[in-house]
Parts: sequence; structure tokens; C-alpha cells
Amino acid sequence: MAPRYVGLAAAIALAASVATAALAQDAERKGIPAPPGHVFNTIISGYQFRSKETRALQDDDLENPGFLAVERAADAWKKAEGSEGKSCMSCHGQPETSMKGVGATMPKWDDKLKKPVNLEQRINICRVEHMKAEPWKFKSRELTDMTTFVKYQSHGMPVAVKTDGPMSPWFERGKQTYYTRYGQLDLACASCHERNNGKFMRADFLSQGQTNGFPTYRLRDQRVVPLHERFEGCMFDVRAEPFKPLSDEFLALELYVAWRGIGLPVETPSVRN
Amino acid sequence: MADKPRIKLPKEAAKGEIIQIKTLVSHVMESGQRKDAQGKTIPRKIINKFACEFNGKPVFACALEPAISANPYIQFDAKIDEAGTFKFAWTDDDGTVITAEEKIALKA
Amino acid sequence: MKAINRRQAFALGGGFVMLTVLPMAADAEVTNDAATWIEKFTGGKKPAKGKISLDLPEIAENGNTVPLSINIESPMTVDSHVKEVMILADGNPNAGVATLSFTPLSGKAEASIRIRLAATQNVVAIAKMSDRSLFSEQKTVKVTIGGCGG
Repeated sequence: MAPRYVGLAAAIALAASVATAALAQDAERKGIPAPPGHVFNTIISGYQFRSKETRALQDDDLENPGFLAVERAADAWKKAEGSEGKSCMSCHGQPETSMKGVGATMPKWDDKLKKPVNLEQRINICRVEHMKAEPWKFKSRELTDMTTFVKYQSHGMPVAVKTDGPMSPWFERGKQTYYTRYGQLDLACASCHERNNGKFMRADFLSQGQTNGFPTYRLRDQRVVPLHERFEGCMFDVRAEPFKPLSDEFLALELYVAWRGIGLPVETPSVRN
Repeated sequence: MADKPRIKLPKEAAKGEIIQIKTLVSHVMESGQRKDAQGKTIPRKIINKFACEFNGKPVFACALEPAISANPYIQFDAKIDEAGTFKFAWTDDDGTVITAEEKIALKA
Repeated sequence: MKAINRRQAFALGGGFVMLTVLPMAADAEVTNDAATWIEKFTGGKKPAKGKISLDLPEIAENGNTVPLSINIESPMTVDSHVKEVMILADGNPNAGVATLSFTPLSGKAEASIRIRLAATQNVVAIAKMSDRSLFSEQKTVKVTIGGCGG
């Protein structure tokens, strides 16, 4: 068993040295003041928790590899698919105007379905109902590209989800999920992202878990990752059985977590570790 | 599968000026080290070479190994003595070549 | 680590510990074919120190995408320029990372790329000048493995 303890000691030592270096670098993380009754005093984007190298990758539109997804979807926007012979553009015209602000307010209540839908679901509703095309699979490059592209049309606009009226039970459900401990490690979202953000958990520097940059280009995956895949990853990391992407559970959580970042500028496509 | 490469350089430069060129191309850069769910090695497939020439003369080239991240980003410089055309070429392991061109003018 | 109690810290640390042992052990020693690459590039000649500035993060947030910038001091004229720069990672499965070829038309011997580092290790750069002289530089990059980001 000796190597186990050597390893643990090394891990702690490394985490400690990482902590010192990062704290010197990130003495101050800028955020926005939270509205009254919010859980945070200051709402801080995940951008502020990343290293200067990672931030630099996001800051330059050419260097940011997330823009490969944006450009691919800009072409897909104009491409007719399905038996109606329509493209996104046939109904929505110029995305810079028609999609402006749309991503910042998702998930949104859908009167027909009597439930909230997120951007991925909205895109597929369009494909199935109006284009008579096959829906794109979750995690497919096409769906993540288009989600990134539509959200990018809200770049810099404040996150502004509605949580009242018919949304309020979904908000409460998401909140409950957020504070429930899951998995063998027995951790809730709040354990890391509310109580311990700005601190290290081993070598992981914990952020507030904000969603304003999603879909995000992850250095780890070397591709753009949609929010529900990240949720799955978090649950996997605490050794829980993750909810399914686009499930009601994750949808409620997406709504609730969006509210926790209310007012943050949309950063899609952001770059994260 | 090849998407349009992303390239950034100025539209014009003074004679003798050194300009910066940024390039980003979409590619999985499969290292040949990874295994699939069945435990089988995923075969290597990378961009193994990048080359840039200006008016037919070599400016910069780069041999790439599997240790280059997916969606390779390559930034370098070029000295501009005349107006002309940059040609960029990314060569895949499978022999396909992604190409692009950019023109640059001399400042009056 | 203040707000995470001891039990949680151990539960987390224990979970990832086996992943951590190997890369930490590899820290000091060269585990791949770096020597072969160096021999081939230099022909056995020992490179001098200096001329190269190699910019890498001290700690990579993720080893799969590590930004690397290199700049070599040179007039970059027809008579005196940097010809080739070999970049190696001494702790990856294969040492090779990239070999950059410059010409006087490059204007500057400067480039940026993004690289994969499998563990904490040294990144080595060796530059070959037009007069066949050699220079080298190296940087250690700490790579954290395991956990949410790994």
C-alpha cells in the first residue's frame, strides 16, 4: 500500500503548489453584483477562474477553436434539408438579427409542449416540424455546432432566463437537484460550485459552475462540448449514475443554473479546461 | 470532411514589413495511442505537415507529430517585400491536402 | 482546501491516486525516444545554451491543449538565419512534437502551436542555424491528471 500514500502525498503537494501559483496570478476575479435574493453576492464567469493561457485562447476570435463550430454552422444554417426543402434561413433569415438574444433566454417555456425547452430541443423541433428533417442526435457535431452558432448570436448579451409563472416548478425542481448529494462521493453541485468555488479540490480549481459560456470548447476534449454533456461529466466525476442528456432533470437543472448566472454576458464559444 | 481553414493576416503591408499569420484548421489529430470501447487501437490520422509559401517561395513549414492538439493552430511570421499570394497546405496522413490562399498588397 | 473536510479530501484523493502515481514518478526521467530524435537532429553535436526563448505555461490546465510559443534570436537574413527547430516532449509516449522550418522570408524565427503533454515533463527545443550551429532550451510543464479537468 505504500505507493498509494506516496501518490496521495504527491497529489496534495502538487495541488498546494498549484494553488499558490494560481492565487498569485488570480488575486482578484471580477464579477457582476447579483440581484437581491440571489445565492451569490458576486456572480463570476468561469472565465475568471481559468489560467491566463486559457483565457487568451478564448479572447482571440481567430485563435479560439470554438469558432470552427460557429463557421461550420453558419454554412449549415443556409443548407436546405428535409422534405419541405427548407433551411434555417428559409424561415429565420439573417441569424445576426433573428437569433439575437435567443440563446441568452434559454431554456424557455413552450406553450404547445407545456414544458420548458432548451436550445438543442428548439433546433430539433424546427427540424422535425418545419423542415420535416431528421432530428440531430445529442452530442452530434451538427447539433452542437448549431447550438453554439445560435448562442453566439447573443454574444455579450446578459443571461436572462424567466423563472416565474409556469417555469417556477421547473426552477424549484432544478434547485432541488442542485442541492442534492449524488454518487459514491456524495457531492451535490453546491458542494463544489457554491461552497468551495475559488478553492482547489485536489488539482481542480473550482468555479461557480456558470453556464454562460456553453457550449464551450474544452481543452480536455479538444472539441465543443454541450452543457448536458458537462452535467453528465460532473455526475460521472462524483461517481453517480448521470441523468440522460435532454431529460427533464437536466432541463430543470439547466434553467436553475442559468438563473445562478443571471446577468453574466454570454461568452459562447468560450474556452475552458 | 475538410472545413475551411481559418487564416488571419493583414490585407496590406509596407515593403519590408514583417507580418504575423495565424492559422487554425479543423482536424481530429487522432494520435494512434487511443483505444476504442472494444479495446482496439484507433488508427493514427493526423495532419503531418503544414507548409506556407509566398509567390512560390517557401516561407515556413512544420512537420507535425501526434503530440499536436486537435484542430491544429499554427502561428508564424512572414517578411513582405512585394505584393503577392500566400499558399497554405495541410497534408493529412491519408494523403489528402487541405489548401487555402490569401493575397496581400503593398501599402502605397 | 479549508472548506472541504478531511474525510472528503481523502475520499477524493484516494479515488484518483493511482492515476497520479505514474506521471509523478515519470517526472525526472526521460521515458521515450527523445535521445534518438536528438541524435538524428544534431548528429551528436552538443547544442549551446541561449538564443531561444520558449514560452509554455508552468502548469497546464489540461495536458491535451498546451499553448507553446518559441522565439529564436536571429537576423533572419540569407546569410544568417534559423533553419530548423525541433520540439520534443521527453515524457510523452513518443518524443516528437513538431519540427519547424524557417527561411529568410519568415522574417522572424517565431511560432506558436498547441501541444499534447501526457504528464508532467520537459519540453525541449533545439534550433539549427544556417551556419550549422545548434542551440537548445527546455521548460518543465506540470500537468495535472485525474479529477474533473483531466
